[in-house]
Amino acid sequence: MSILVVAEHVRGELRPVTLELISAARELGGPVAVAVLARDPSGFTDAVNVDGVDEILAVPIDQEEFENDVYQQVVERLIEERSPRAILLGFTVNAMAYGPALAAKLGLGFASDVFAVRDEAGALVAERSYYGAKVNGEVEFPGHDQVVLLLRATAWPPAEGSGAATVTEVAVPADGSRARHQGWVEVQAADVDITTADFLLSVGRGIGEKENLEQFEELAKTIGATLSVSRPIVDAGWMPSARQVGQSGKTVKPKVYLALGISGAVQHLAGMKTSGTIIAVNTDPEAAIFNVAHYGAVADLFEVAEELEKLY
Amino acid sequence: MKIVVCVKQVGALGDEVEFTEDERDVDPDYLDHALNEWDSYATEEALRVRDAAGDGEVVVVSAGDEDAEDAMRRALAMGADRGVRVWSQELAGADPITMARALAEVVRGESPDLVLCGVQSSDAVQAATGTALAELLGLPRVAVVTKLELGDGTATVHRELEGGLVDVVEVDTPCLLTIQTGINEPRYATLRAIKQAEQKEVEVREAGELGAPAARVRNMFVPPKGEGAEMIGGSSAEIARRIKEIVDERTAG
Repeated sequence: MSILVVAEHVRGELRPVTLELISAARELGGPVAVAVLARDPSGFTDAVNVDGVDEILAVPIDQEEFENDVYQQVVERLIEERSPRAILLGFTVNAMAYGPALAAKLGLGFASDVFAVRDEAGALVAERSYYGAKVNGEVEFPGHDQVVLLLRATAWPPAEGSGAATVTEVAVPADGSRARHQGWVEVQAADVDITTADFLLSVGRGIGEKENLEQFEELAKTIGATLSVSRPIVDAGWMPSARQVGQSGKTVKPKVYLALGISGAVQHLAGMKTSGTIIAVNTDPEAAIFNVAHYGAVADLFEVAEELEKLY
Repeated sequence: MKIVVCVKQVGALGDEVEFTEDERDVDPDYLDHALNEWDSYATEEALRVRDAAGDGEVVVVSAGDEDAEDAMRRALAMGADRGVRVWSQELAGADPITMARALAEVVRGESPDLVLCGVQSSDAVQAATGTALAELLGLPRVAVVTKLELGDGTATVHRELEGGLVDVVEVDTPCLLTIQTGINEPRYATLRAIKQAEQKEVEVREAGELGAPAARVRNMFVPPKGEGAEMIGGSSAEIARRIKEIVDERTAG
């Protein structure tokens, strides 16, 4: 039975997660079909024609950008026509807006933020995290021979190599998009580009209060680092989003990433786990950040910051 | 203006973990419970919409057992008007699609003008219940909303994509939105408000037919540590010295 991957693109660019989904599909085995929904799908067919893809389903739609009703209607039709055993979407903001709806409407199996999938005697088993990534769970789909899985970005390597997929044009009449793309708000130009820094000092919720932030701005200067932050600091309005590391912020890869008081939410880790050397200081010995850190210390971040300041 | 906010009481693990006997979940004794962070933003947004409209009602709906009423009381203490809690034993540890089915019955009965959910819960992180609920209710939806402006028959919302890119979306109303953190600043519930919230009405209903679950946790376990971090011990001064050594070595050249 086949695997259906739905390509994701934004502003004319294929999202890297698409190639990761293809890797996951290949790993599961079975013919792999990649659906490309776009005003002109041919603009993306080369990019998804990688090793392991058997068929590209080119679906012309009226919308240039993602709209959830359109994606749902098209993918619903493809599921009915093709009966894939697995529908692989990214665990992305776009897929969150229609993947669960497909499962609810068609009565399919469902799991999201999945980072491993395997076939156990014909039944799919997915792995995902619970409780702040301190616990993992194996998830099964009893009674379902079709499942919708939203896969965690960067959990699979991107598929490579040139493919020999056949391209099939599929016409799916979609009507009545009730949530319509109007335009983009440009990301604000920033005074600093954290993605080019060699050394990031990153702080999170652990700093406690806004008043404490200044101390870490000073520390960053003293030790020659650029200050970055995790999402809660931006949500609280203490720092502009240009400084934010993580899925909804920037992906960074400095030589050294020094994390103070960051527990390591999955979305944060996605934005920094490929850093050269990761050093984490946290009071919680079970903090998820220690799973990706190269060096860790269970300590009070204020005390360590103070001692660090003295050394420069 | 009637707004329904769906909330969840979430569990957070501390340093230690034990599993239930069937190993399908964490032993609840090891969890600290709270109102899901995303849901507090959704509640705040609902209160703002109600107050801007001048009249209306914010109804808090939750699928949870009796203990989960604490989270609802928190939302009520923030200023929501009343609550409806739906439960059946089958919902313990249920997948988000099944949860959405339980919520749908209740929300449909309220015929709201707007439904708000948090993007995801901090303990399960499926980011699915809201979108599944919208489908079951036949409502237009937008996921991961960071700004909301209600118009006449439509709403204009910001949808935050990966990397911080913002998509401006016009959505027909009534609709369901999943609310992202940072959209507003959730108000603190005063002690007095918390006390008063005890008096607010929370209706309890038995969930109806839920259908086949979309997934089932087979077992939970502590993930293998893998390589893991090399832990630096000693005093804060010693830790700082070691950090400086590593930084100097790795940023050189």
